[in-house]
Amino acid sequence: MTEIGLGHYLTLGAIIFTIGIVGIFLNRKNIIVILMSIELILLAVNINFVSFSIFLNDLSGQVFTLFILTVAAAEAAIGLAIIVVYYRNSSTIDVEKIDSLKG
Amino acid sequence: MEIALLFLPLLASIVSGFFGKYIGDRQSEIVTSLFVSISALLSLFIFYQVIVNQYESNVVIATWINSGTLDVNWSIKVDALSSVMLVVVTLISSLVHTYSIGYMSHDPHKPRFMAYLSLFTFAMLILVTSDNFLQLFFGWEGVGLCSYFLIGFWFKKESANAAAIKAFIVNRVGDLGFALGIFLIFYLFGTVNYSEVFQQIPQIIDKELLFLGMHIKAIDLICILLFIGAMGKSAQIFLHTWLPDAMEGPTPVSALIHAATMVTAGVFLIVRCSPIFEYSPLTLNIITVVGMTTAFFAATVALVQTDIKKIIAYSTCSQLGYMFFAVGVGAYNVAMFHLFTHAFFKALLFLGSGSVIHSFKNEQDINQMGAVYKKIPYTWVLMIIGTLALTGFPFLSGFYSKDAIIEFAYLKGNTAGFYAAGIGILTALLTSIYSWRLIFKTFHGTYNNKKLNIEEMKESPLVMIIPLVVLSIGAIFAGFLFKDLFIGHGEENIFWGESIKFLTPLSTEHPPLWIILITPIIVFFSIPIAYYLFVVNKKIPVWFAEANKPLYNFFVNKWYFDEIYNVIFIKFSKKIGLFFWKSIDVKIIDRFGPDGISSLIKNLSIKASKFQSGFIYQYAFMMLLGFSALLTFLILN
Repeated sequence: MTEIGLGHYLTLGAIIFTIGIVGIFLNRKNIIVILMSIELILLAVNINFVSFSIFLNDLSGQVFTLFILTVAAAEAAIGLAIIVVYYRNSSTIDVEKIDSLKG
Repeated sequence: MEIALLFLPLLASIVSGFFGKYIGDRQSEIVTSLFVSISALLSLFIFYQVIVNQYESNVVIATWINSGTLDVNWSIKVDALSSVMLVVVTLISSLVHTYSIGYMSHDPHKPRFMAYLSLFTFAMLILVTSDNFLQLFFGWEGVGLCSYFLIGFWFKKESANAAAIKAFIVNRVGDLGFALGIFLIFYLFGTVNYSEVFQQIPQIIDKELLFLGMHIKAIDLICILLFIGAMGKSAQIFLHTWLPDAMEGPTPVSALIHAATMVTAGVFLIVRCSPIFEYSPLTLNIITVVGMTTAFFAATVALVQTDIKKIIAYSTCSQLGYMFFAVGVGAYNVAMFHLFTHAFFKALLFLGSGSVIHSFKNEQDINQMGAVYKKIPYTWVLMIIGTLALTGFPFLSGFYSKDAIIEFAYLKGNTAGFYAAGIGILTALLTSIYSWRLIFKTFHGTYNNKKLNIEEMKESPLVMIIPLVVLSIGAIFAGFLFKDLFIGHGEENIFWGESIKFLTPLSTEHPPLWIILITPIIVFFSIPIAYYLFVVNKKIPVWFAEANKPLYNFFVNKWYFDEIYNVIFIKFSKKIGLFFWKSIDVKIIDRFGPDGISSLIKNLSIKASKFQSGFIYQYAFMMLLGFSALLTFLILN
């Protein structure tokens, strides 16, 4: 067994980040999945921050993570609220059908 | 006093034009009429001063242009000549203002009408009181503009708009000549002030210029160019076509602008420039010929017209011809005298015809009238006074001035003078016939109007009759009272002072007796003849017209002037205009200019808006792509 080092953490972060990105593009159904994908992207960033913080012995990375978590929570709350309101108005949250910004 | 005289009409115009909506119709009518009437009283006072004290003044209101050697003042010059014009303009104007209160009583735009009338009066005063050519030109264009406004006053009528534009454009032709004349004066003398120009005239008599490839004497050229301007404004033959059409305007306008004041501006211009014209015998002969041709031409056309206003319009044209040939034979003071008397009786005739039209509820065709003299007795009597004065019936005003013109033309002694006198007498006969034809067809014979029952005929209101009465007093007595003052012989007559220059004094001989007697006799006997022809035995004129069909058509179609102009000028310039509009402007300038650019932008933005699919994941993808590109760029740097 090799010791788990920085590289593994960064690889994990990259994998999660990619999953998030791909989740946004491949998802053609549900807008909540997009929201979740964004959460994944943020979490990937958090993993990077924490691992670098431990590796470099610098606590500020973990402080950043806490901030990002807070912001992510707030963002998720707002996003969900918007989705609820939008659902009330157009009775759908299907991504394929949300195109009122079309020029 | 002069300043008040000049600015009261402007003030009235501003008040009525801009605030008419707030102060109401009646108030604007009162304000304008009152202010112009005050103006009229002031000019009468000035006229009196000029007669008694040889009063002269030149009030400078402001320096207008002072650039290099061009030094032009805005001033009020009062001398004998301008005082006469002041009286004519303001007096007729105030009467017309008053008359309009009655005539326009059914019109919804009274303040606008009154404002235009007052503005016209102001412009005309500017014209007659100027002491230089530039201010004269300003007033000249000002009256032209007001004439345009007033001819097109009923702008919902297609024909009124067309007539207004026609008047404006035909006047431009004359104005081109006038403007060139002023340029030439400035070129030769370096100034446009009357007094300086007139002083320098003798120095350039022999000077020659190259104009359009011809060697021509400078002074002849100036005079001809100025005369072209005068022809346009005074509706002389070739540039007369706008005047009959101008009758589309309300009748008070025709009386004020197209009979008494504006159209006489041309005569005024030439009399004012008498110190120049006296040195150009060539131009004076041209003026004589043009004047007598116009007088004769307009009289023949007036014989066969059926529109009451057009008859009087052609009559005006004809009388202006008289004034011009009076000027042409050098009798400037006689021309002014005829201008003065003509203003009264022609305004009287126009306002009288307006009263007839008003009573007939806007009927203008004299074939649709007749036998109404008992119904509208005041108008009838006043129209007869006007007609008697116009035809030169003994001891009314037209008698003194018109006969004086014929006499002076005869006394001139040259060929043009004799011809002018002959044409003058012939035209007097024609004038008499067409005027009485108008009277008899309008007031006598049988009632021919089917639209309006004769019982419904009403005399016009007092506010219209009173100005007519005042004018008729002028038409009766103006000739008798002012004869000695204007055209009297002898050393004691110094009324005109410096304002008119005679190179050689006018002949003071008495013409032979027959020439004095012939016109009144013709005029006198034409009345029963006209009565016989147009009331008793109407078949004769009809038969005569049938027998001379080509001649009759020639007259009815106004000597085919409009048709000829149509072929020569209008079609051609219309084609040019259409070509430039359709081909050059629309197809080239617009296509590649404004329209091209705007359609390009529009197409580009339609394409750009295709990017906006509205799908969130695509936006996110673009964001990511952009972000990655940016990041790559930063890292590589």
